[in-house]
Amino acid sequence: MEVHAVNPWVALAYLIAGVCFILALRGLSSPATSRKGNRYGMVGMAIAVVTTLATHDIASLPEILAAIAIGAVIGLTTARKIQMTQMPQLVAAFHSLVGLAAVLVGVAAYLNPDAFGILEPGGLDILKGSRIEMGLGVAIGAITFSGSVIAFAKLNGTMSGAPILLPARHAINLAALAAILVLVSLFHWDTPALFWAIVALSFAIGFLLIIPIGGADMPVVVSMLNSYSGWAAAAMGFTLHNTAMIITGALVGSSGAILSYIMCRAMNRSFFSVIAGGFGADAGAGGAGGTAREQRPWKRGSAEDAAFLMKEAENVIVIPGYGMAVAQAQHALREMTDLLKEHGVNVKFAIHPVAGRMPGHMNVLLAEASVPYDDVFELEDINSEFAQADVAFIIGANDVVNPSAKTEKSSPIYGMPVFDVEKAKTIFFIKRSMGGQGYAGVDNEVFYMDQTMMLLADAKKMVEEINKALTD
Amino acid sequence: MDFISILSIFVLACFVGYYVVWSVTPALHTPLMAVTNAISSVIIVGALVASAAAGVPGAKWLGLAAVVLASVNIFGGFAVTERMLAMYKKKDKAPSRKEGK
Repeated sequence: MEVHAVNPWVALAYLIAGVCFILALRGLSSPATSRKGNRYGMVGMAIAVVTTLATHDIASLPEILAAIAIGAVIGLTTARKIQMTQMPQLVAAFHSLVGLAAVLVGVAAYLNPDAFGILEPGGLDILKGSRIEMGLGVAIGAITFSGSVIAFAKLNGTMSGAPILLPARHAINLAALAAILVLVSLFHWDTPALFWAIVALSFAIGFLLIIPIGGADMPVVVSMLNSYSGWAAAAMGFTLHNTAMIITGALVGSSGAILSYIMCRAMNRSFFSVIAGGFGADAGAGGAGGTAREQRPWKRGSAEDAAFLMKEAENVIVIPGYGMAVAQAQHALREMTDLLKEHGVNVKFAIHPVAGRMPGHMNVLLAEASVPYDDVFELEDINSEFAQADVAFIIGANDVVNPSAKTEKSSPIYGMPVFDVEKAKTIFFIKRSMGGQGYAGVDNEVFYMDQTMMLLADAKKMVEEINKALTD
Repeated sequence: MDFISILSIFVLACFVGYYVVWSVTPALHTPLMAVTNAISSVIIVGALVASAAAGVPGAKWLGLAAVVLASVNIFGGFAVTERMLAMYKKKDKAPSRKEGK
């Protein structure tokens, strides 16, 4: 059919769509241009869809339009209703849809190769190269799907975030991956059994790959699945010889890969150690070990203490973490910073790259609470300012302020870049109780420092009390 | 198009992606994931081809199912990105009593 003998105008339209997608990502270089970028993305998608519909003989337009309408209604209502704290789950769910769509398209192409123009000239067999591309696309799509379903369940709390460790899981996973590669390369023999074996095995491996990975490693997992969904689209683009799909696939694939890299670097862990999973497996056991831990003296502060000291401060740096998201404390926190600003205090937010459950999670929550983005700083931009800070206000973060990452070679988080909070004159540490130890299960020296006051309470309640004390 | 031209596009696009994504500000990494998610649903092109073709009913229905999934992603992904981006605000010029102390 027409896919191979491409009409140059059609190819051009897909190319333009691809360029629009590049501009969409380019717009995200600053919040000021980002919305324009998003519009480019929409335009690109519209061009791709309209071009496809306009250049194929369509036997079933009403059905297609109905399918798009159903998807639009579901998508738009979800997008409107979703809470910002649920964004990681939503993104994982969306990835699973891309993965599943890639599998369905791959299977459809296998069942009706003529429609995709991938038959050998004059023959009834699918082109060898196309079969391999298709096999790859389906495999990556299936891994993306089942992996994202597990990531979704873990992020959503449907499934425990704790790593599930199967015996010999590395051997099983490596064998399964090797088997998929062998099957894909064997797929140049057109045997239906091979195709279905690839599909089934890939679904299984996606599942097995993600279950051993713990909740706080999810930023890496979500980024990685993002990357996979891109590679799946690219592989299908190869099958269809479609420029828009190939460009998009490459963009999304690199985007996810870079985000995974940034997340791993921020934890000073190798990508493979994250993927191998099991990190934080001892965190549950750490609670039991906690009783054996020596009782060290620590100071308890009150909301009034915090309000008084921060009101008198010149510079306050707030460090939010996943605990802030769980407690939904971002709005109260913004109110607190507004009150402090009224007292002439200079308040800044410091965000660690792995704070939260996905890249940029804290930034979105603060933006939702109308914290201006020029008050929000990245780790390397603000770390030198702690020495001048009167107060470091830690809310729902733990491992990212643990100085043992800098000093103790034996610590599981050794080498991870952390905030130098211990340089601040006073530290307020909001935490639910002294029991929990953060994700890595490491004790935090900051709890016991002379300048530290522990504010033990639910983060939102504590901030609300501080606000009350500030207005009095 | 022959395999090599497609491969060239792919490889060059990987490089474009590499440089463009490094220039994305970390504050927008969540919208980045949402929007990449929306655009990777360009896979809808394949789904449309499958569902447009007559002849093999199985392929058509799979294609239509894929159209639904991809549309959820396209509309949901762009809409949620738009919603997030609308929340990012610059500091307003409202005078705060900075020199208060």
